Amino acid sequence: MKADAIMLHADDNVITVVNGAAAGQEVHYFKGTELCSVTTTEEIPPCHKIAIAPIAQGEHIIKYGEIIGGAQKDIVVGNWVSHLNIDSLPRDYSRELG
Amino acid sequence: MEFMGYQRSDGTVGIRNHVLILPTCACASESCRIVASQVQGSVNVINNSGCAEVKGNEDMTQKILTGFAANPNVYGTVIIGLGCENVPHLKLKEKIEKITNKPVISFGIQDEGGTINTISKAVRAARQMVADASLVKRTSCDLSALMMGIECGGSDATSGFGANPAVGNLSDRLVDLGASSMMSETIEFVGAEHILARRGATKEIHDQIIKICHDYEAHLAAAGQDCRYGQPTPGNKDGGLSTIEEKSLGCIYKGGTRPIVEVVMEGERPTQKGAIVMDSPGYDIASVTAMVAGGCQVVVFTTGRGTPTGNAIAPVLKVTANRKTYQTMIDNMDIDVSAVTEGETSIEEAGAAMLDELLEVCNGKITKAEAFGFSDVCIDRICRFI
Repeated sequence: MKADAIMLHADDNVITVVNGAAAGQEVHYFKGTELCSVTTTEEIPPCHKIAIAPIAQGEHIIKYGEIIGGAQKDIVVGNWVSHLNIDSLPRDYSRELG
Repeated sequence: MEFMGYQRSDGTVGIRNHVLILPTCACASESCRIVASQVQGSVNVINNSGCAEVKGNEDMTQKILTGFAANPNVYGTVIIGLGCENVPHLKLKEKIEKITNKPVISFGIQDEGGTINTISKAVRAARQMVADASLVKRTSCDLSALMMGIECGGSDATSGFGANPAVGNLSDRLVDLGASSMMSETIEFVGAEHILARRGATKEIHDQIIKICHDYEAHLAAAGQDCRYGQPTPGNKDGGLSTIEEKSLGCIYKGGTRPIVEVVMEGERPTQKGAIVMDSPGYDIASVTAMVAGGCQVVVFTTGRGTPTGNAIAPVLKVTANRKTYQTMIDNMDIDVSAVTEGETSIEEAGAAMLDELLEVCNGKITKAEAFGFSDVCIDRICRFI
């Protein structure tokens, strides 16, 4: 079966759906070689992200195995994850230079 | 590996053979445009600055203008100035002659007594320079003379997992062949700078990469501004890039994996060969401008949503991994790597195919933006005009 979404790293809690998905659609993706699925709770535009794990307010969103932001509010599995519900976080440059 | 290039008197190698019509300031830009329109083989750039500048802005303008003239794709330069600007034409000519022995001639609109006299003299000079340039033939040159600029703009999610990793592979191939590649756009390291910095060949270079990100954010904060206001752009957000971290994590793939051997300031020419980082804005036109001033003969530009941009001096190849964009923006896209996104080919295969296409362009194949004659320029500012 061909996946319709991309998981970039095993630690990620979001996947990217290149061609978009309808509300209530079962979306397939590979976690390594394992075929997984998630059902959307809302329409997902092309190239956008779907939560594959619950993310509480203030928790990190992980893509590429790295932090891409913090949740503005609780996000449930199947939610659309975008600039409307996540925020960029400040950098700690002095720690990186240490 | 070799390519067919133009050997310059200063030891550099061009992939194009342009005569550059260069304005010292905004007041001379339109005259330059008219001169270039009269002489096939010449190109002009628009300079929106050059006067009423503080020292920091003047330094930036001079770095870009002198860097353009010294770019290996330029055979020689015809300068047009006004006469009362920060750095008048004869001064700019001297500055260019300090860094290259290529031909340069200059005219001032106030000295010549108006637009028509100036254009008349500049057209004659440009026509002679184009005739001289036409005597230079392409010869076989080692690939180590090449420096590729890497840019991304109009990014969407496919940029991060398709086009940028594929161009990163191309960059690694070039570095392994002895050539150089330059990645810029400091603001688009923010959120991924800790990963990029690990590629630093030394601890000093690691720390320089962190520091340029810190300094950029501090510079904006000093003016009461935040890079997160404009980054990601509205188009990036529509394309699924929600935060600067997410955009940056995808952006840094385009620089490949080889050790970073030097960090240069905006518009400066590297002293090392290999993978180079330039400190520049994320604004793609300003970044391409700075990399061409830094000596890049060719720019590979990844995009998700599509962009038409072109540079008068260096060919800009547009690469997308978004199949829909390649189809709808076919007028502007040069390379389709959407097979990576669709899982139909590997990043390595896409990188190998792109190296072949890049060599074709180095050998003379015209890019889409060149065919349109596009000449986008933006000289970065450190603060307001005065």
